[in-house]
Amino acid sequence: MPRRRRLRKVVAPPRFRGYKPYGINNEPKEFIELLYEEYEAIKLADYDLMNHQKASELMGVSRPTFARIYESARRKIAMALVETKEIKTVYGNAWMDKNWFVCNDCHAKFTIPKTIDEHACPMCSSGKIESLNT
Amino acid sequence: MSKTVITSSNNTLSSKFDKRFGRAEWFCVYNEITEEITFHKNEYLDAKNGAGTKAAEKMVELNVKKVISGDFGPKAKDLLDKFNIQMVIIQDDNTTVEEIIERLK
Repeated sequence: MPRRRRLRKVVAPPRFRGYKPYGINNEPKEFIELLYEEYEAIKLADYDLMNHQKASELMGVSRPTFARIYESARRKIAMALVETKEIKTVYGNAWMDKNWFVCNDCHAKFTIPKTIDEHACPMCSSGKIESLNT
Repeated sequence: MSKTVITSSNNTLSSKFDKRFGRAEWFCVYNEITEEITFHKNEYLDAKNGAGTKAAEKMVELNVKKVISGDFGPKAKDLLDKFNIQMVIIQDDNTTVEEIIERLK
């Protein structure tokens, strides 16, 4: 039996459902599935310009595993570009890092759900809050 | 609708704050608008498994917007997050439910 796949931590999911090529003769019939963790790997390595060691620590996997996720992501994107395939994002083996905050005044830790607009501590209403997601 | 749940070790205001969520003894429901306070026994306290999930479902049922506890298990976190219930973790031992309510006012 293969070893269980550890979940990869993803800070924020991609803000799109997919990408579609345009200006081609016929609609793309096929699509590739880009996993959330693959999107995250590309983002960390090529957008945030992080080295693989740091990026792997952030995602909670080993450096070689990060390199594999990253390589798989690059190959999928290359394939989509060359073969004019659609890209769809799928969940994959990710766990979403919830948005945890800490209050610097009363040290309470808390989440801020989407339905709440104000960014203040729920215990002491202090505005001195800090995100725990680095 | 602005209800807050505080996990409590008993059913009075002077009860100590319970740092567990799924296996808290009591849930103290505090309505921030009417300042009404009610206590609900945690029926799943001795459940073999799924106490966190059951407790989170209870929060949804009670239409709570905010839960104050010492820690939340992964399943409870996922559920509360899905229903947009704010989770607050405080690590103060020896604090009472009443003191926490005072801090909220």
